[in-house]
Amino acid sequence: MISGVLVIFFVLAALAVFGAVSLILQSHPIHSALSLILVMVSLAGLYLLMGAEFIAAVQIIVYGGAVMVLFIFVIMLLNAGVEERTNFSKMATFGGVPLALALGGIIAAAIARSSGQLPAPTAAAQGALTSTRELSKLLFSEFVYPFELTSFLILVAILGAIVLAQREN
Amino acid sequence: MVPTSYYLVLSAILFGLGVLAFVFKRNIITIFMAIELMLNAVNLAFVAFSQALGKPDGEVFVLFVIVVAAAEAAVGLGIIILTARNRRSLNVEHVDLLKL
Amino acid sequence: MSEILAKYGFLIVPIIKVAILVLVVLTLDAYLTWLERKVIAHIQARWGPHRVGPHGLLQPLADGIKFILKEDPMPTGVDKKAYFFAPFLTLMLALTSLSVIPFGPDITIFGYTTNFGIADVNISLLVLFAITALGVYGIALAGWGSNNKYSLLGGLRSSAQMISYELALTLSVVGVLLIAGDFSLKHIVEKQAGDLGLLSWNIIGMSKDHGSFTQIIGCICFFIAAIAETNRVPFDLPEAESELVAGFHTEYASMKFAMFFIGEYTSMIAVSSLFTILFFGGWLSPFPASWTLTHYLPSVILVPLGLWVFYDGTRYETILGRIILPGLGAVFTLLGAGLFLSSTVNELIQGPFWFFAKVGAVLFFYIWMRGTLPRFRYDQLMDFGWKFLLPVSIANVVLTSAVIMWRMK
Repeated sequence: MISGVLVIFFVLAALAVFGAVSLILQSHPIHSALSLILVMVSLAGLYLLMGAEFIAAVQIIVYGGAVMVLFIFVIMLLNAGVEERTNFSKMATFGGVPLALALGGIIAAAIARSSGQLPAPTAAAQGALTSTRELSKLLFSEFVYPFELTSFLILVAILGAIVLAQREN
Repeated sequence: MVPTSYYLVLSAILFGLGVLAFVFKRNIITIFMAIELMLNAVNLAFVAFSQALGKPDGEVFVLFVIVVAAAEAAVGLGIIILTARNRRSLNVEHVDLLKL
Repeated sequence: MSEILAKYGFLIVPIIKVAILVLVVLTLDAYLTWLERKVIAHIQARWGPHRVGPHGLLQPLADGIKFILKEDPMPTGVDKKAYFFAPFLTLMLALTSLSVIPFGPDITIFGYTTNFGIADVNISLLVLFAITALGVYGIALAGWGSNNKYSLLGGLRSSAQMISYELALTLSVVGVLLIAGDFSLKHIVEKQAGDLGLLSWNIIGMSKDHGSFTQIIGCICFFIAAIAETNRVPFDLPEAESELVAGFHTEYASMKFAMFFIGEYTSMIAVSSLFTILFFGGWLSPFPASWTLTHYLPSVILVPLGLWVFYDGTRYETILGRIILPGLGAVFTLLGAGLFLSSTVNELIQGPFWFFAKVGAVLFFYIWMRGTLPRFRYDQLMDFGWKFLLPVSIANVVLTSAVIMWRMK
């Protein structure tokens, strides 16, 4: 009897892969953006399955609720149309895609074969929820320097975005 | 229970699909979205390892990756808007002024 | 009965709760529209709907039938995926946000103890914020998919407004989180349950162990940001009838418009519930727990209300009114008398009674603001959100953390 956790994992993983494939196959950028949002929400579900509840919430709030909204605004403002259909070179379709898939397959096989050497999650660690308290203790003690640097990085990004978006006058 | 290697294989598949989208799409915004997909795949690997080792360090790193991705998206989209205004097209094949 | 519940309870109890919640919330939505029209009408010195049933009480039913029977046109050139998905997304998110809100303390029925809300998660506050963050998509996609420049402008303006005020919304809650120490809404309410009744709610914040500080600044910031989030007056420029045609829902008719409409009122109810839980003590009574006589307050309110409705019904003009209203009055009176006599049901009903009373007061305040205030211009709105509300929320966080650290020393 397959456990319920495995079923949920396969459903969410299938949704994520479906979203990623749909990102490639859609012609209009806004449909690609919607597929990417689907990928991010299913990844948030996977984080929740792994017990990282705070990261799941942050993924939806920041990635799904701010970064992707920015993408959608830009697509709507620039009125990005449907992509033109140019033909790929023969090398790309008959050589490139099979090679890329083979590469993916080799990596996946290598990971699957080495699964014995990976640290197996203990039964306690599987069901354990990482509390926000632990996370914040770590963030503000060991990682406080990168934390302050990221706040500086965000300030620089805000200034850069404002300068880039100014009209020339 | 779900073995860690399942999560890693999923992360590799998503990363590979991100690379495919990056190489084959011609709209600059779609290429940028492929970059975000690759970053998400890496985040998944981080959280999977964080759960396997039982330490929350991986999740703290995921927070940093999300913050950096957000900052990069803001500045990158600003650049894209400027380039699109300049070249009047969102197709990367049209930004070829430096070509011989 | 308790054996079945003990074995299969985890499966059937959430389903029953979801069914009850959906029924209650949809009825509440419908009568919220009635209340809004009546209150705004009385503010504007006219009667609201008063023909359709006694006092217009059947107006929501008539509106519902209209929505079902009306033609649902689809303009040409719309982006089908975005056009069809947007109202569905709005309604789905609004109803999902109600699942993490606790309406009362844990109850025990037939020996099965369960949470008085659908889901009891550790991060319920973050889930609500995530749902609010995703709500922007419903409006942006509606504006885009409609193949109409006014809808696009309205949708973009509304989305920009929502993401600006989302920051102030999230930051104004951090003070409450510092007091409670946890993201779980149930723990936030339980932390406000000092023995001082009204005075230990977060808005006044007196507590015996000095772990609390008045959150009045956070409360005001949260309320203003919440009104902007739900696109209500005075922040409803993107969907106002006299501007931009009707904003992002111009091209939507009948059933899809009804979905937007229900989604907006449901998110109003969700935000009001969040407001009472965070700042007004949720399901806690304003009287200290030791004053047990106040437990009869529901009966004390229901019985005179029932008698008054009965009396008003006997003198009503139409025959339908003379049948329905006394019936309604009799139901209220019997309910009040029943609560007075049976103390187990009375204890069960205390939490939800106070919760819905407070939510009702907040909703009345929302409607009162709609009837009274003019709307902001768009640039005034964005200025206010970024240049005033955001710094004030951050100042509230700094102040609260400084006071709590100084007191806990």
